[in-house]
Amino acid sequence: MSSLFEEIREPVAGDVPVRRVSITVNGVRRTADVEPRLLLAHLLRQGLGLTGTHTGCDTSNCGACTVLFDGKAIKSCTMLAVQADGHEVTTVEGLAGPSELHPIQEGFKDEHGLQCGFCTPGMMLAAKALLDENPNPTEDEVRWALSGNLCRCTGYQNIVKSVLWAAKKLQSQSAS
Amino acid sequence: MQVPVPFDYERATSVEHAIGLLARLGPSARLVAGGHSLLPMMKLRLANFEYLIDINDLHNKLGYVKVEPTQIRIGAMTRHRELLESPELLRSFPIFHDAERVIADPLVRNRGTIGGSLCQADPSEDLCAVCTTLDASCVIRGLDGERVVRMADFYRGPYETAVGDAEMLTEVRFPLRPHGSSAYEKVGRRVGDWAVVSCGAAVWMDDGVITDARVGLAAVGPNTTGIPAISQALRGRPPSQDLYAEAGAIAADYCTPVTDQRGSAEYKRHLAAELTRRAMRRAVARVHGREL
Repeated sequence: MSSLFEEIREPVAGDVPVRRVSITVNGVRRTADVEPRLLLAHLLRQGLGLTGTHTGCDTSNCGACTVLFDGKAIKSCTMLAVQADGHEVTTVEGLAGPSELHPIQEGFKDEHGLQCGFCTPGMMLAAKALLDENPNPTEDEVRWALSGNLCRCTGYQNIVKSVLWAAKKLQSQSAS
Repeated sequence: MQVPVPFDYERATSVEHAIGLLARLGPSARLVAGGHSLLPMMKLRLANFEYLIDINDLHNKLGYVKVEPTQIRIGAMTRHRELLESPELLRSFPIFHDAERVIADPLVRNRGTIGGSLCQADPSEDLCAVCTTLDASCVIRGLDGERVVRMADFYRGPYETAVGDAEMLTEVRFPLRPHGSSAYEKVGRRVGDWAVVSCGAAVWMDDGVITDARVGLAAVGPNTTGIPAISQALRGRPPSQDLYAEAGAIAADYCTPVTDQRGSAEYKRHLAAELTRRAMRRAVARVHGREL
């Protein structure tokens, strides 16, 4: 598939450089021709149609664009798509299949961890990175892990509860 | 959406490859490490380059903390998170742990590097103050080999360093001296923000007397430099609350803050004094094995 985006094209002298990238997104290998200046967040959203990754501040502050990059939470508005060539990216769409919820998603539903939902995908992926490394975090550890993700609605209380709920659920699943 | 101007991109496969590319492409090329300072500046078009040379594949070679008998060597591609989680650094230089807890946020720390922070040379950069406090030296590699530059000479001014065209920072070295410890204090407006003022302190003691002390400030002037007057004033004296206050007064007098959206110059001077006192107090307690 091709992902040269008209909206970021500008009249430039000479040829615009283009690179072919191959990225494993949510377990599926995807190929695209991109300008080196294309940001990973934009490739995911416009190129691959994975609009669960939100772009909020576009200045690497808010964390709405958080994805997992080789398992680590990063801000995809501050990584170039070409930098992801050969790497693995997980977006919120990759947490669970279309007809099921990941325990983290269930936690956000059960504990009312969202209002407008804009920060939620980023919150859930930052939580995923935490729980993958630390399955039984304290409340402090959850707050620490989510400190790069901003929410303007809920005041964080229920978001933290949601992640703790998910930790319990995941632990009981792995125990049984 | 914010998008940089068009540029071309290449991944370096070795330090030599990166330097060769820099030599061939000239000042229109720039290395990108973690990218969390460079890419936002390029998105705002405050910085424009024709080529980016990505050195992230060099992390396996340049991402390390190596302890030697007289120094600790940190590879330029060592990421903030690795510095935060390093048990060796926590033992020898707890200032790193203090500072890394308050640099940006966990997601940014997954990408940002010590080499990138120093080369960005932002006057508010916390790691510049840490390296100044610890009297670090920077290893700069060029086509003809390496040279080693102390922090005072490395940092040339805001966003300017001793790293020339066709050169690359590869390592930062920290001298290990016995009977010492260190601490870092920062006041920011919110999590992840740049400092209103930051202060690093390192102190060495012998027989109840301070043998040497260093203080490095960030965000209170165009330069992130050490304060020799503090070292001179503290040497040979036993630590006390009055002595910390004296060091704080020197720091406040020495720095050159400006009023901006983060605070008034007067407030920043107050912070420079207070944070110097706190960092000194904590560093001395740690020399005695206590945590305040």
